[in-house]
Amino acid sequence: MDNVLVVHPRDNVGIAVKAVAAGEAVVIQGQEWFRALEDIPANHKIALADIAPNEEIIKYGEPIAVSTQPIQKGRWVHTHNLASQAWKK
Amino acid sequence: MSEISGYIRPDGRVGIRNHVLVLPTVSCVNGVVRRIAEAVPGVASAVHPHGCGRGGPRDLEILFRILSGMIRHPNVGGVVLIGLGCEVSSIANLRPFIHKAEKPIEMFNVQTDGGSLETARKGIDAARRMLQDLQSQRRSPMTWEKVIVAMECGGSDALSGVTANVALGAISDWLVEKGATVIFGENTEMIGTAGALKRRAKNEQIAGQIERMIDRAEKLTRDVMGELAGLVISPGNMDGGISTIAEKSMGCVVKGGTTTIRQVVDYGEAPTERGLILQDGPGYDCDSMAGLAAGGAQLMFFSTGRGTPVGFPVMPVVKVASNTEVYQAMSDDIDVNAGVLTQGASLEALRDEMIQRMIRIINGEQTKAEINRMEVFSFMTVHPPF
Repeated sequence: MDNVLVVHPRDNVGIAVKAVAAGEAVVIQGQEWFRALEDIPANHKIALADIAPNEEIIKYGEPIAVSTQPIQKGRWVHTHNLASQAWKK
Repeated sequence: MSEISGYIRPDGRVGIRNHVLVLPTVSCVNGVVRRIAEAVPGVASAVHPHGCGRGGPRDLEILFRILSGMIRHPNVGGVVLIGLGCEVSSIANLRPFIHKAEKPIEMFNVQTDGGSLETARKGIDAARRMLQDLQSQRRSPMTWEKVIVAMECGGSDALSGVTANVALGAISDWLVEKGATVIFGENTEMIGTAGALKRRAKNEQIAGQIERMIDRAEKLTRDVMGELAGLVISPGNMDGGISTIAEKSMGCVVKGGTTTIRQVVDYGEAPTERGLILQDGPGYDCDSMAGLAAGGAQLMFFSTGRGTPVGFPVMPVVKVASNTEVYQAMSDDIDVNAGVLTQGASLEALRDEMIQRMIRIINGEQTKAEINRMEVFSFMTVHPPF
């Protein structure tokens, strides 16, 4: 059963549609991809690829934030490791 | 099934419903309209709290545009207009805006038609006659070029932006490909997305309009809310998994799909272009719905995560749940469950099912909000009354 939803092919984050525990396999469209490196709360974002510091966080195929530190594939992505760009961006 | 049909109007527009609308020009006569609607349940009625007491040019522009937009709405086959007599949006003052409506309109003023009870009696007779007359009208085949679909989201939750609004976006793209028009508003929910939307503008002029619209919405939000403007993205949003205003707003504008933005229209204004249209309207659902309907939308998709029953008097509203729990908890109110996207269903399968449902609704199948008569008519003002 899927536990992560990816909205757009360009995205580097997916959405956990249920809580995903550390070590649990990430399943997208029936396929196991990789393992979560930490607990991901339901409806929160998980990195689908390694993300460098100051790299754009892409969801909906659009930048929604920039990373403030390196984020490994499988990590939780939220306000602790990203920053909002200006409102207008 | 892919053929669609509707009621062809003299002005070239096509209705997917054939309503008799009973409309007050001013809130003072709402009671008369209520009496008519109780006596003739087949009519659509749209009481509202406006029509007088606001004199600024912007409020007058909105008032006349919304009321005339309701009268001219393609889903309305005839109108019983109830006025008082001394109000700002009186029948006399509305006349220049509706003289081209090209549909039966019967008008009564409480001050000169014998008071409230006598006016209600006349209105009841007129409404019954009009319903009878409209029954002889038949549907004709229509093309997608004549269809305007509005996209709305309200009572959103953390999944709205990744399930229901994504499904609405897929429908938007399909409609535009078919030659139809898709319109959405809610400018406060575009804050943070100017870059993404401007890149899709048809030309520089429209890109500029998009930028100014979102700038105004942002400034207004800061002016009105002050320190609280940060609540546009609230701690609750963040707990729910949304990290930034851009993320929240992208989850909102994704319901318009991915096509070129052809035009930006003002609140309540009808587009003159086909394809994807932005309307400079408010985020509050009920006021937003009136602006999009007055702009000529015959049908609305409305996504919700927390669940809302709201419908509109002359425009069918199709409710799309973002999660299975709310779909089951409010099964009498919600038409489609986009929560299946979190349970392994493909977007293509959901989209195709929604297209079939949309075709049936255009052809006359009632939405849950229509069956339940959950219609609300409310529109935006910019100044307090005096």
